[in-house]
Amino acid sequence: MLFGRVRGTAVCTLKYPGIEGVKLLVVQPLNRRLQPIGGLQVAADVVQAGIGDLCVMVRAREAALALPGERFVPVDLALVGIVDELELRPDGEFDFTLKPGWTAYT
Amino acid sequence: MIIGKVTGTVVTTISHPHYKNRRLLVVQPLTLPGEPADEDFIALDNSHAGIGDTVLVNREGNGARQVLKNPDACVISVIVGIIDSVYVEAQYHPEGGRTA
Repeated sequence: MLFGRVRGTAVCTLKYPGIEGVKLLVVQPLNRRLQPIGGLQVAADVVQAGIGDLCVMVRAREAALALPGERFVPVDLALVGIVDELELRPDGEFDFTLKPGWTAYT
Repeated sequence: MIIGKVTGTVVTTISHPHYKNRRLLVVQPLTLPGEPADEDFIALDNSHAGIGDTVLVNREGNGARQVLKNPDACVISVIVGIIDSVYVEAQYHPEGGRTA
């Protein structure tokens, strides 16, 4: 699951059976610092997001499960939440390396 | 499963029903010194983890559905444990065996 920013909409009149009526949005996948990862992608919308919204997206088969109705639809990216608040600690605060030997975390 | 550190929390008022009543956390995977960092991701919390905790994350849909007890849950990453300690060998031996 990852962040994405809605950048536009895609309209598709002829669609595979099972995804008729699904809203398609053009999204930019983002990392936690909200910097772009790769290029634009198209996501199925289940939370009625709009352009400019920061969203939580889900990939793979789970994107198809996010859509109501039919269980297996040809969808590989879905918007499952609209982010209202993101609390993030600054990068220097934590060490993200696994050190050799024993490390106690608690 | 991977080891990661919780670096943030995400609040979503409007979200898919499968995401209700559980918190979404931002997780950065831990890597060995000198290795490139993996991309961070969002995980659903099932272990009452918080910012700064080192956590065990299941990043596979079928495991996530088992944890959430919902055969149709549209969730991939779930935090399934809070790590107390980790032991990693100083050197990797492809043929096995240990050094003192």
